[in-house]
Amino acid sequence: MGEMEQMKKEADGLKTQIEAARKAVADTTMSAASAAVAPAPRVQLKTRRTLKGHLAKIYAMHWATDSRLMVSASQDGKLLIWDSHSGNKINAVPLKSSWVMTCSYAPSGNLVASGGLDNMCTVYNLKTPVVKTVKELDAHTGYLACCRFLSDSEILTASGDTTCALWDIESGKQKTVFLNHVGDCMCLSLSPDMNTFISGACDSLAKLWDVRDGTCKQTFQGHTSDVNAISFFHNGNTVITGSDDCTCKMFDLRADQEVISYQDAQLNAGVTSLALSVSGRLMFAGYDDFNCNIWDTLKGEKVGVLSGHDNRVSCTGVPPDGMCVCTGSWDSFLKIWN
Amino acid sequence: MPCLSKVIPSIPHENTSSNFIKWLTRLSGQMERVVVSMQDPDMGVKLRNQRLLITVIPHAMTGNDIVEWLMQKFSVCDEEALHVGNLLVKFGYIYPLKEPRVLTLRPDETPYRFQTPYYWTSTRWPASELDYAIYLAKKNIRKQGELIEHEKESYNMLHKRINHTWDFVVMQAREQLRASKQRRKADRIVLECQEQAYWLVNRPPPGMMDVLDQGPERKNILNSRVQLVVPTCVCVCVCVCSFVKYCEQYQPHDPIMQGCLPSNPWITDDAMYWTINSDSVAVPTKLRVERWSFSFVELLSDPMGQRELMAYLEKEFSAENLCFWQACEDLRHGENSKIPSKVDEIYKQFLAPGATRWVNIDSKTMEKTLQGIKQPHRFVLDDAQMHIYFLMKKVMSTDLHGGTCVFPFMRRQRHSSPSPAMLTQTGEDDGKTKHHGTGNV
Repeated sequence: MGEMEQMKKEADGLKTQIEAARKAVADTTMSAASAAVAPAPRVQLKTRRTLKGHLAKIYAMHWATDSRLMVSASQDGKLLIWDSHSGNKINAVPLKSSWVMTCSYAPSGNLVASGGLDNMCTVYNLKTPVVKTVKELDAHTGYLACCRFLSDSEILTASGDTTCALWDIESGKQKTVFLNHVGDCMCLSLSPDMNTFISGACDSLAKLWDVRDGTCKQTFQGHTSDVNAISFFHNGNTVITGSDDCTCKMFDLRADQEVISYQDAQLNAGVTSLALSVSGRLMFAGYDDFNCNIWDTLKGEKVGVLSGHDNRVSCTGVPPDGMCVCTGSWDSFLKIWN
Repeated sequence: MPCLSKVIPSIPHENTSSNFIKWLTRLSGQMERVVVSMQDPDMGVKLRNQRLLITVIPHAMTGNDIVEWLMQKFSVCDEEALHVGNLLVKFGYIYPLKEPRVLTLRPDETPYRFQTPYYWTSTRWPASELDYAIYLAKKNIRKQGELIEHEKESYNMLHKRINHTWDFVVMQAREQLRASKQRRKADRIVLECQEQAYWLVNRPPPGMMDVLDQGPERKNILNSRVQLVVPTCVCVCVCVCSFVKYCEQYQPHDPIMQGCLPSNPWITDDAMYWTINSDSVAVPTKLRVERWSFSFVELLSDPMGQRELMAYLEKEFSAENLCFWQACEDLRHGENSKIPSKVDEIYKQFLAPGATRWVNIDSKTMEKTLQGIKQPHRFVLDDAQMHIYFLMKKVMSTDLHGGTCVFPFMRRQRHSSPSPAMLTQTGEDDGKTKHHGTGNV
């Protein structure tokens, strides 16, 4: 009993020290620092494509690295591979379980993955004459909320069983399990150098992990509800999160704290997804109120809105070349905006 | 060209560190623009060779030339021109060749040189502790322990603070010294001057004005006595400022914010943009090359950039470094079952004594690596890979002639058409690259 008390005291002491260290360096705000920067122009993007083909709610989409192909997942039990520029469907992959929640395109373009309430991550090969299942990665004890490929042999998953895992696709086994969250893991994002990744969970925290040794390096607090969406900035030092508490927040890894919050008194809908433009200046956040709002990340102001969906925007994505932004919705359509 | 009063933004009233950083960012941006136009091959300052003892340093200019050029460009009197020129020297954009510690502009025959963009305040501020440690370690080795007082103190302080990476520091220092010994004397002197000038600005000796001091209320991080178990945080204003800079740097590359040439395929249905930016295109667009110059990582992440880098390294007989790096990447991200055979192959090609493509890793890392590959795993070559990465980065980023480009093939792009999408004119430019090194940059 005494030892527990002592350890608790030590933990509290450390927490105070961490808070003090963060306060000591919190000498300015983003708005103060960006005051000299010209405001972003009012952004008015038009729908350039509407991709029709799904028959039920779309839950996820992911661009391929060539910025033209993309994969989308819907609870009609299908993964669709689109050549988004022409609007053609290249492939339709039937899913064993229609309760899909996530999909991902491998950087090489050879593989796609999906997963959901079946607790599994299934990897498919697109390059065989008929799309074949490569592996079923089955070890999570909760739903699969998000998956991202590192390469054709490794994939990261985030699960409702509160863990994230790094898998070796060839053997189908988990190489590393990342344990620390106390709520369902909802989303993850790889750092540009692929040595770390960040995850968001229903415990309202975002955590930074080292891929190699499986440890949690940093924890970011600030949200008051589930963190549904998360993304690394291309600079590798900053992270944005979106939450059911209707706000998005930017955290800086080096300052180890929240830098700015993107919120509006009139916004009462939770954030479902987010994506960043190439420079990081613009953030596209999808909300439960059927809209996708465009934020100026430096000034913390809304600079536009993408409205056109008839139901919740469930996923957003900016392709690697930054040419446009894609939104997917429960109304079964994908829209491409520019 | 802005008028002279706009070159120096007004100093803010409130002496807070965030105000200072904002001001410094604006000032550095302006100074950068001035210095770039000073180096224009046609309209810039007259450059000549300068004799330093028995060595001849190219691309030098006199203090007089600088003042006269500024007077003419901004149509101001000599006092004002001298004032601006002084700022350029104090903030490290121009450095004196003969008396490096005297960071003032003398309107006479005193020789000066442009600082390489690698060391510009706008690129490399704040200076990193690790870089400073490596610099001091190099000096310590060269002078066999005889550092000057304040450098000795900083050296000891850093040795305590970042003790966990000290092996890396010493290893890098030794490698950099070894690499510099293989250069021509003139080049070596130029590089040493550039580096010294950078550190005189960023870590001035006591008594010299610290222009980059962030204000009275900021504690000098080296003097901080607060020892925490937690990792030290970087102050928020540095973080947000680097974020602001990143956004600004990448804005021209952000098609949603700034459009793109020849046209956005989503708007015009013309896929030309994708055609001229594909991986297999013969010549990269200007914008693409510009992005490579942002950081070594950008260059390496573009397959075409890697190809260009390989071609360049082959000419310099050091392509094995990039090959090794690529092999390590393949190991890290490849199949589990292939790891032992890949490690074995890498050892035979790059690490074994007498290997055909032997890479130069310091003995400590080599020893550790050779030990580690007895039980091969995905990350067993990480240390060696990092070492080679930093070596390549250091060699690539230092430009000998003080110009604004990193590689010869990037120099080609500067003289091509103004449109960022346009391909370069290869015929004309081949002539220029043949004469690189003797002509004006």
